[in-house]
Amino acid sequence: MTVKTIRQALHEALEQEMRRDPRVVVIGEDVSGGAGTEGGRDAAGGVLGVTKGLIKEFGETRVIDTPITESAIMGAAAGAAVTGLRPVAELMFSDFLGVCFDQIFNQAAKFRYMFGGKAKTPMVIRTMVGAGRSAAAQHSQSPYHIFTSVPGLKVVVPSNAYDAKGLLIQAIRDDDPVIFCEHKLMYDLKTEVPDEPYAIPFGEANVVRDGDDVTIVALARMVHYATEAADTLEAEGIECEIIDPRTTSPLDEDTILESVERTGRLVVVDEATPRCSMATDIAALVADRAFAALKAPVRRVTAPHTPVPFAPSLEKLYIPDKERIAAAVRDVYGYAR
Amino acid sequence: MNAPLTAITMPKWGLTMTEGKVVAWLRNAGVSFAPGDELLEIETSKITNVVEAEAPGTLLRVVAPEGATLPIGGLLAVVGSADVPAADIDAFVSGFVVAEPDEAVAETAEAPAPHMLDVAGTRLRYLDIGSGAGVPMLLLHGFGADLNTWMFNQPAWAEGRRVIALDLPGHGGSARDVGTGDAETLRQAVEAFVAARDFGPMHVVGHSLGGALAALLAARKPDLVRSLTLIAPAGLGTEINATFIEGFVRAARRKDAAEVLQLLVHDPALVSRTMVEDVLRFKRLDGVADALAAIAQAWFAGGQQQVSVAADLARANIPVQLIWGREDRIVPVAHAQAAPAQVVTHVLNDAGHLPHMEKSGEVNRLIRRFVEG
Repeated sequence: MTVKTIRQALHEALEQEMRRDPRVVVIGEDVSGGAGTEGGRDAAGGVLGVTKGLIKEFGETRVIDTPITESAIMGAAAGAAVTGLRPVAELMFSDFLGVCFDQIFNQAAKFRYMFGGKAKTPMVIRTMVGAGRSAAAQHSQSPYHIFTSVPGLKVVVPSNAYDAKGLLIQAIRDDDPVIFCEHKLMYDLKTEVPDEPYAIPFGEANVVRDGDDVTIVALARMVHYATEAADTLEAEGIECEIIDPRTTSPLDEDTILESVERTGRLVVVDEATPRCSMATDIAALVADRAFAALKAPVRRVTAPHTPVPFAPSLEKLYIPDKERIAAAVRDVYGYAR
Repeated sequence: MNAPLTAITMPKWGLTMTEGKVVAWLRNAGVSFAPGDELLEIETSKITNVVEAEAPGTLLRVVAPEGATLPIGGLLAVVGSADVPAADIDAFVSGFVVAEPDEAVAETAEAPAPHMLDVAGTRLRYLDIGSGAGVPMLLLHGFGADLNTWMFNQPAWAEGRRVIALDLPGHGGSARDVGTGDAETLRQAVEAFVAARDFGPMHVVGHSLGGALAALLAARKPDLVRSLTLIAPAGLGTEINATFIEGFVRAARRKDAAEVLQLLVHDPALVSRTMVEDVLRFKRLDGVADALAAIAQAWFAGGQQQVSVAADLARANIPVQLIWGREDRIVPVAHAQAAPAQVVTHVLNDAGHLPHMEKSGEVNRLIRRFVEG
């Protein structure tokens, strides 16, 4: 067992699955990288550095650099998937989903259904989400809720390196299209990751912390902010249970509902915008199925309903932080009718 | 200081423990105790267990109050004889060397770590601790477990002797390929390991499936086995809890895993969320599910034990003892009656299939007395 970053964990998952299964291919912009430069192929290893080195072992028939055209990448991957490969396609920034949404939303997500269950579409789309790098409104969004709302897609939002490796391996082995969301500020986050391959089943939340007073559901980077808030709150005598759903589709409803049945209080933390979001979806789930258990209104801690600001000072205000999470928890904990 | 004082310090249970929390003191300051008396309860991120007195004494001062979290080796309490002046106790407490952070790092670096051995076409992980002239001891875990099952026992037995805990093929950090997983395959791996490391004659302690393996090893290599302690062993009857075996092999999710793990113990509170998570993390590794399924099929096909060691035990010309939890829901305690007459049997109350964890103090004493006397 070794401590690895999320970047290393993702690389290891790709490398091990490509060794195990010759049908697994990687396709995207600069996934080898460096073509036409002095350093030559693989000089860059992708803009994220996750695929660096793969071309040396697997060659250009399995590590495919493409032109800058997301619609072609996703279309090629969807076609390759229905005809027997298991492509891992890279949509560099999830903000670019607009130019390839037909291939994802109306093609890949629908094949199994439209062909009466006779077709499988085992493709993975790796894509970056998250604000915090002053990358401005067109490169900082977290639109996993848009993918989550599409039947036929599975959506993964990992928060640590152990989960990232096991969930990416599961995504590659899964026979349906999977959107795999990587937070761009978390690639260097480390934890212990087994060297061996392993798969984490979809739809099984991780209970990050046990507590009986307030349930916090948080995704990706927000899991860590929620943990910091819970440390502060513990000193005040408030015990938080933190649930990381890991996948938003399928969603582990049981773990969330069972926790709220016990605590009676829910705070959902989501870096995405609030309308029609995961925060809203989970709040609705609990209002619908655990209303009688609630001792206080459900609180959502989210970004505001605006584009992500470029100015660092405004961007900092935009992203939920531990103070806002702690304040929301104190609110629901102290709520009296 | 004119009278000897000794420290009770935070124990280290298992490979990953770094600190522990005092849940409750079960003896008050000023109270005398005998060996085996329960002193306090400690909780780690994985498990809660009771610390028992090793020798008679008086609890002179409780240093770590209930709720306190201490690193391994931290001072919990001072014990000695009742007539020690308070000033001496004060001096002892203030003079107690708490490991500095950098010393702690050095200690961690030297802390016993498991080793790997390539032998007989497979790769086995083992933890070898202790030293001294005592006859070495070999520990064989049960189905689905690993060497961490001995976390409360191995350090206690390692005073004056080497104690080697092995991960069986397909388990823990050992290779996943188990072939048919049958008794012959597993016994050959254990035998090859013992031969390769050249430990000489050993006391062998086996739990459940590991108990049956220990008996098979003794029958096959009588010169290498000085004594046998079998804890709730397989191989003495046909019944086995098929719900547990099948459920353990199948469980991929937390809830299912927690349900089957609770069958192992008398007090379900022993099964913590971290313990469940550790089992799931192991089971998710490629190859583990196939290895467990193969072993389950070879040993417990159709919900019946397929391996019998009663005849092997009857032939063994060495001391043999059985330890069983009265509330065992995996292998019934009634199987103890199938053991040959010369075998001593200890049945422990309020214990399930894991008496070495649930009643660690009692089991530690039974085994120490057995191998020393």
